[in-house]
Amino acid sequence: MNGPAVELQDVVVSYRDNLALRGVTLKVESGEFVGVIGPNGAGKTTLLSVIDGLTRLARGRVIVLGHEVGRNDGRALRRRVGYVAQAQSIDRRMPMNVREVVMLGRYGILGLFHRPGSADWAIVDDVLELVGMAPLAGRPIGHLSGGEQQRVAIARCLAQKPDLFLLDEPTAALDWRAQRELLDLVRKVHDSSRLTTLFVTHDLSAVPATCDRIVLMKQGRIVDDGAPAALLTSETLSRLFDVPVAAVAGRRTPAD
Amino acid sequence: MEVFGYQFMQNAILAAFLGGIACATIGVFVVLMHLPFIGVAMAHAAFAGALLGLWLGFDPLIGALVFSLAAAAVIGPLADRGELSPDTSLGVIFSLMLGLAFLFLGLMPGTKSSALTLLWGSILTNTRGDVLLLGVVAVVVLGLVMVFYKEIQATVFNRGIAQAVGLPATLILYGVLFLTGATVTASLRSIGGLLIFSLILNPAAAAYQLTYSMKKMFLLAATFGVLSGWTGLLVSYVFDLPSGATIVIVSSVIFMLAAAFSPKRRAKSLPAGGAGK
Repeated sequence: MNGPAVELQDVVVSYRDNLALRGVTLKVESGEFVGVIGPNGAGKTTLLSVIDGLTRLARGRVIVLGHEVGRNDGRALRRRVGYVAQAQSIDRRMPMNVREVVMLGRYGILGLFHRPGSADWAIVDDVLELVGMAPLAGRPIGHLSGGEQQRVAIARCLAQKPDLFLLDEPTAALDWRAQRELLDLVRKVHDSSRLTTLFVTHDLSAVPATCDRIVLMKQGRIVDDGAPAALLTSETLSRLFDVPVAAVAGRRTPAD
Repeated sequence: MEVFGYQFMQNAILAAFLGGIACATIGVFVVLMHLPFIGVAMAHAAFAGALLGLWLGFDPLIGALVFSLAAAAVIGPLADRGELSPDTSLGVIFSLMLGLAFLFLGLMPGTKSSALTLLWGSILTNTRGDVLLLGVVAVVVLGLVMVFYKEIQATVFNRGIAQAVGLPATLILYGVLFLTGATVTASLRSIGGLLIFSLILNPAAAAYQLTYSMKKMFLLAATFGVLSGWTGLLVSYVFDLPSGATIVIVSSVIFMLAAAFSPKRRAKSLPAGGAGK
């Protein structure tokens, strides 16, 4: 595929009276690991849903993996995009186990009228091994901790063999240790496969240390875009989150 | 035993079998997708539509189907937007449908026995036509579940994830609502508008207590649905009780037993961090 993996050109998205994205222009090259940071309401989730073909544009163009989004049904695009959302509470009695949940990632690719075969189950078992969840493969999904469920979500995405990896606040609602483990896993996945990755968060302590690039968003706009070392300063973040510099410095953890 | 040789009893047994399977299968969706209040609203809509048909002189089942699908068309977008809780909108639709049902009942001239039959069902007077309709609906419901099992499984687990992996999750949601309307319509004469939703919900809710496998949940729900139907039929015949009510009470007893002996009861007391360690 020639050209960037993701390209947004002056994108505007509105929800009723609210402008969620106000003229966003962004390019993500193939293999990049981009962290998107901003306060709540900055438009980070909308950015990902636009890229995933789930949100109508009021203006602008979005080209993902060589195809313009919005021209036709986004389902074909979403089969090539792995999407991990924030950890959600799953009913403890839900009748599905870990292995079955990971297999969901292959359902879109399989298409109608096709059932999973042994090759598909082999892929599922491989990705479970990669994320360290193979010992819990038969466990009911609702019995897992939040961190474990997010590992399963990543495995589900990897089972799709995606060309693009979108993570929307995946470490929210996780404790510190689960957060660290998940960030390490995302880093490992990116490093081993050079999978184009966009990682959205509002939590400074959850920013992956190995982002190639950081994009700062506020009130539906991109306010800065560059190398992590240059952007992740207390002053920059203080302006982004509208809090005193001292408060920002206290929240940031040392780089890995 | 000679009673089983009579046409009416054979029809009733078949109706309980087919209706039990169709209702229980739909019930699995209702339980897993957290749609109980939507199902109730649709059942009452079907009842209102059927009464309109009786009042105006057209086939009540057509009225039932049209009204339940109309309710699905209004409720579907609410479910699609994630507004599934029993909030004001569902409450208004629910009470509107019930109000319309009793309005049509009140406006109906003459005796209201046909209408009341639709209220609490009369499986022992089911005709071959009623059984055939239940058979068609049961075959369609089962067939669609088998053919589109993986799409349904994904949508039922989490519609957002189903959509994210490229499945037509919204289409499946509306398909489930449509099948609910069709099943409710086909079951009206057997179980009645007031009670049909219990036969949809109870067997599936019982199965939910007993298994961590979705396939087994479908099988168990169908088994409980048929068991409720046949046991309720037998009890109502022997003790001369209203059949629809007896069937529903049996299904409730099955649920209570399943909940009491559920291996998942322990799961509720697991610590918030889960048992994954």
